[in-house]
Amino acid sequence: MASRKLDEQQLDDLAVGAAILGTGGGGNPYIGKLRVRELLRQGKDIEIIPLEALGDDDLVVSVGGIGAPVVGIEKLERGDECFQALKAIEQETGKTISALIPAEIGGSNSMEPLITAAQAGIPVVDGDGMGRAFPEIQMMTFFIYGHSPQPAAIADEKGNVVVFRKVQDMYWLERFARTIAVDMGAAAGFADPPMRGDFIKRYAIPETLTQATNLGRCVRLANEENRNPLDAIQTEAGGQLQFRGKITDVRRELKGGFAVGRVKLESLENPNDLAEIDIQNENLILRCNGTVTVSVPDLIIVLNVDSGEPITTEVLRYGMRVAVMAFPCHRLLRTEAALKVVGPKAFGYADVNYQPLAN
Amino acid sequence: MFRIGVDVGGTNTDAVLMEDSKVLESCKTPTTADVMSGVRNALNTVLQSSGVDRGTVDAVMIGTTHFTNAVVQRRHLAQTAAVRLGLPATASLVPMVDWPEDLRDLVGNHYALAHGGHEFDGRKISEIDVDELKRIAGDIAAKGIKAVAISAVFSPVNTEMEQEAKAILEKELPEAHFSLSSDIGRVGLLERENATIMNACLRDLSDSTITAFKEALSEAGLSAAFYLTQNDGTLMSEALARRFPVLTFASGSTNSMRGAAFLSGLKDAVVIDIGGTTTDVGALQKGFPRQAGVAVEIGGVRTNFRMPDVFSIGLGGGSHVLGTASDIQVGPQSVGYRLTEDALIFGGSTLTASDIAIAAGMADFGDASKVSGLPTELIEASVSRMQEMLSVVVERMRLSPEPIPVIVVGGGSILVKDQIGDLPVKRPENHAVANAVGAAIAQISGEIDRVYALTEQTRDNVLNEAKAEAIEKAVEAGAKRDTVEIVDVEDVPLAYLPGNATRVRVKAVGDLDGLS
Repeated sequence: MASRKLDEQQLDDLAVGAAILGTGGGGNPYIGKLRVRELLRQGKDIEIIPLEALGDDDLVVSVGGIGAPVVGIEKLERGDECFQALKAIEQETGKTISALIPAEIGGSNSMEPLITAAQAGIPVVDGDGMGRAFPEIQMMTFFIYGHSPQPAAIADEKGNVVVFRKVQDMYWLERFARTIAVDMGAAAGFADPPMRGDFIKRYAIPETLTQATNLGRCVRLANEENRNPLDAIQTEAGGQLQFRGKITDVRRELKGGFAVGRVKLESLENPNDLAEIDIQNENLILRCNGTVTVSVPDLIIVLNVDSGEPITTEVLRYGMRVAVMAFPCHRLLRTEAALKVVGPKAFGYADVNYQPLAN
Repeated sequence: MFRIGVDVGGTNTDAVLMEDSKVLESCKTPTTADVMSGVRNALNTVLQSSGVDRGTVDAVMIGTTHFTNAVVQRRHLAQTAAVRLGLPATASLVPMVDWPEDLRDLVGNHYALAHGGHEFDGRKISEIDVDELKRIAGDIAAKGIKAVAISAVFSPVNTEMEQEAKAILEKELPEAHFSLSSDIGRVGLLERENATIMNACLRDLSDSTITAFKEALSEAGLSAAFYLTQNDGTLMSEALARRFPVLTFASGSTNSMRGAAFLSGLKDAVVIDIGGTTTDVGALQKGFPRQAGVAVEIGGVRTNFRMPDVFSIGLGGGSHVLGTASDIQVGPQSVGYRLTEDALIFGGSTLTASDIAIAAGMADFGDASKVSGLPTELIEASVSRMQEMLSVVVERMRLSPEPIPVIVVGGGSILVKDQIGDLPVKRPENHAVANAVGAAIAQISGEIDRVYALTEQTRDNVLNEAKAEAIEKAVEAGAKRDTVEIVDVEDVPLAYLPGNATRVRVKAVGDLDGLS
């Protein structure tokens, strides 16, 4: 893979693909996409480089917004919050950061590194720390595989910057960062501790910016050319169609800050075929006729059966005609260490043994 | 009590004259280019055929797509200045950033960012800078702009900053009118600001339109109170409608669904409104349209209005029917308003959905002999294709597997059989003018929106007090007391403010007195 410059068309495709890889959650990339688009229109360049382009000693940081999503749509950012947090890390370590990487490709967090990259004039690495969306910071491969929790930094629009110089582990980091983010008005920019190039090359989920862009493009082209987008996702983007059905029941409740629910489906082809999806912010378990066929960390994605557009969990409702598409997750999420954090049992499904989806 | 409901649509202007809950007369007339003569014609038609004394009409309710169409068609929009309070936050995305370019150019793309705005918890992001606002006022005056839209971060929680900025700008710009985002929308800065700017650029049009509506009424010999319907299905007084034209957006589908509920006597149902080109399908829950959960675009601009969840497909009385029995296509192309010239039954040469309905014996108008030669297989295939199209949307709008009735309204309702899938179809009397009926029965609301200190009283007491006041307001505005219900309660605690403050919004809604 060669490095490439992001253009507006790729950005639109990436936003659609990131929403698909959000596996039902991850937040809406809309505001972030607009901000990237404005930077491109101002003539800024955003370069996306493959993992191999990193030198072993290069330092890479992942940046993202931190706070409450409802604040993010009201108090829009000044624009350089993450950039200021990044500069604080450079100042703290006395080292130059060579590239950025998204923490999470699924949903809104795919966009912030592109914005900061344009401002800092450094490239974005084609990869991320999840390959999908997950609800918590420790679910990033970087932390699963032993990345240090320090130093990190947080910055707001008023010019306040706080550096976390020494923290005991990522749980402390998460706790302190949350508290300060609230004081900063619940919308701030965050920069994770720097990672070495050789670490990123081993532990980042590779090529996920490209994967998301391709996914979005294949859905767009299929719709433009009146082809079936579900076929396109299977033949061109490696999706595995699990079920096509009509939603017959949706149950939801809030449990410990998570939107927990279950969706029931009846097959469009044969009404005796039934399926169920268990949800905790994201789609986690798919059962067909009572048997688990796909489970987290593999990706379970609900799409509009006609347009191929992703449907987030809060929009699911009785009567919708949907397709359930699965993608195998990366092998980095299938190790014993990873499954302890992101496997079915980590989400409370004691009776589900993870069976990897065939590649 | 006599009342008249008018629906001014893109193609037709409909009117109904009602006595209490009974429809006395109705009519469908073409919408005219000047809009007003069409309204006057419709008013005169129902008044003349009923013989009701014009002096006894108590109220006229108008539902109109006039303001929506102005935005969609990019007509009659004033140059507008958008002033946003939020610096140093929000600079990353300026006002109108995601508007279609032609619309942004038309309203001038005039904007200014200023200091001010609140945090989510009520603290100030920054203080208002009076000199900065005076400089902005100077720019606005120099450009000769008279429409100003003000938005501030978290103004739905605290309206102070927008009020203060308005007071400062008003002194410098005595001829301008001001639209404040806290009057118009909820949390979600870009979408609320978009709606506020659209409101500002429509204010001149609303002034002239409402004056013209008044003239049409007085030319028709009516001195009745006059209201416009808004998107939540309630009425706006003339004075309010002049200030908030944007609140009429999407009142059309609300009126049609409320009218369908009223005419059928059903409170829970799927409503199909079939026109000449499109079919809109929505769901009624307890007599009100189910609201959409996602952002709604008007003329390409995102807003966060609460709008009915309506799904539209390209099927109507004028839809083209193409292909053969084994591969039939109905719509989305349509002859639209040229149905009475282009359809086979009217001597034209285009095979339309209406021709199929006549050939299949589902309705009786036009010249049936013109379609007697159509092959039976083609007719059957077309009918089942239309049923299938409708059945898919109805399933989509259905709320549960429980059987639920389907109400069919609108001029194209002949395309529907007595059953859709497993659901019974109801076609109430006067279904063709359900929109105008929905306007005529629109309700009156009373709203309280105030910050209370919870140190002096409990939350329950505060809510009860606010509810009682909202009910009184609705009654004062003309609602019948025993029909008034609380339909919306929202309380947003404002932490970190002295006295443990909470912002309470309560909305009460009731029938206009005189309607049983």
